[in-house]
Amino acid sequence: MFLSDPGTFLASLAFWILAIGLCASALSVVLSRSPVHSVFFLIFAFFNSAGLFLLLGAEFLAMILVIVYVGAVAVLFLFVVMMLDMELVILREGFTKYLPLGTVLAAILLAELILVMSLPRDNTPAANNPVTDINNTKALGELIYDDYFLLFQVSGLILLVSMVGSIVLTHRVRAGVRRQSIYDQTARAGRIRLEDPGVGEGVHWDV
Amino acid sequence: MLSSSLDLGPYLAVAVFFGVALALSLILLLASFVVAPKLPDAEKLSAYECGFPAFSDARSKFEVRFYLVAILFILFDLEVAFLFPWAVALGELGWFGLISMLIFLGVLTVGFVYEWRSGALEWE
Repeated sequence: MFLSDPGTFLASLAFWILAIGLCASALSVVLSRSPVHSVFFLIFAFFNSAGLFLLLGAEFLAMILVIVYVGAVAVLFLFVVMMLDMELVILREGFTKYLPLGTVLAAILLAELILVMSLPRDNTPAANNPVTDINNTKALGELIYDDYFLLFQVSGLILLVSMVGSIVLTHRVRAGVRRQSIYDQTARAGRIRLEDPGVGEGVHWDV
Repeated sequence: MLSSSLDLGPYLAVAVFFGVALALSLILLLASFVVAPKLPDAEKLSAYECGFPAFSDARSKFEVRFYLVAILFILFDLEVAFLFPWAVALGELGWFGLISMLIFLGVLTVGFVYEWRSGALEWE
């Protein structure tokens, strides 16, 4: 049935490869023993979901997922993981303690998923715009900066707050650090004087 | 099943690229595994001559300043991500879009100036 149209067949093939990759790597995130391995599986999951977005026609989202999540957030996760104590025994200590809470949360998530899946579905494609032949990056651009001007500015403010906040929280200025000051080190004005030392005498020089 | 609004034709080249990359990396890995002589010896893994056994695990906790650098990178990464659709759609947006982006960049420049002046970009 797929073979009648090679394009559809390829798209379905890509979908199944990406979906299986996504599910497998998501499982591995939870199941792998080392937190560092979990982060790498998370990066792979991001790549797979970017591919799925691409198949849905959301080109911009896919690229942003790669740039922002893979490029930046994954680095951040790696840092967080590396700041943890890597003693696996300590990591496993809380397992039984958090098991009831975790089970409740998982049950709630599962119930939500079942509810969402059982809702009557609207089969009209959301990303399609049959009237104008416009790509979704451009469509987003025309919406974000114009129609959603205030939200766009608020997102700028959020970025500003997080910038200032991270500096305030983590930046420490240490006393007694000698920084390089190229001007002071190379300036000669005021430090040169002509001397005519007598025979057998030195030059007294204090800086 | 998939009603793709996107023409996936251009991405065929990407798929071919990924296939070739996967095949090549598998070949390189397997070739070295198959062809290379394997004579495992405990001495080959021991500390060599004046080296010494490691005192502790290499993955120790490190300073929070690396984290600061990473988080500042993410923030500017996001800022640049906002520039892409803007650049594509600027022709239709006109002056309002330009001013909108200038305000956004102005707000973030305030943060950048603060960052620079507070010395967060310097590594002592």
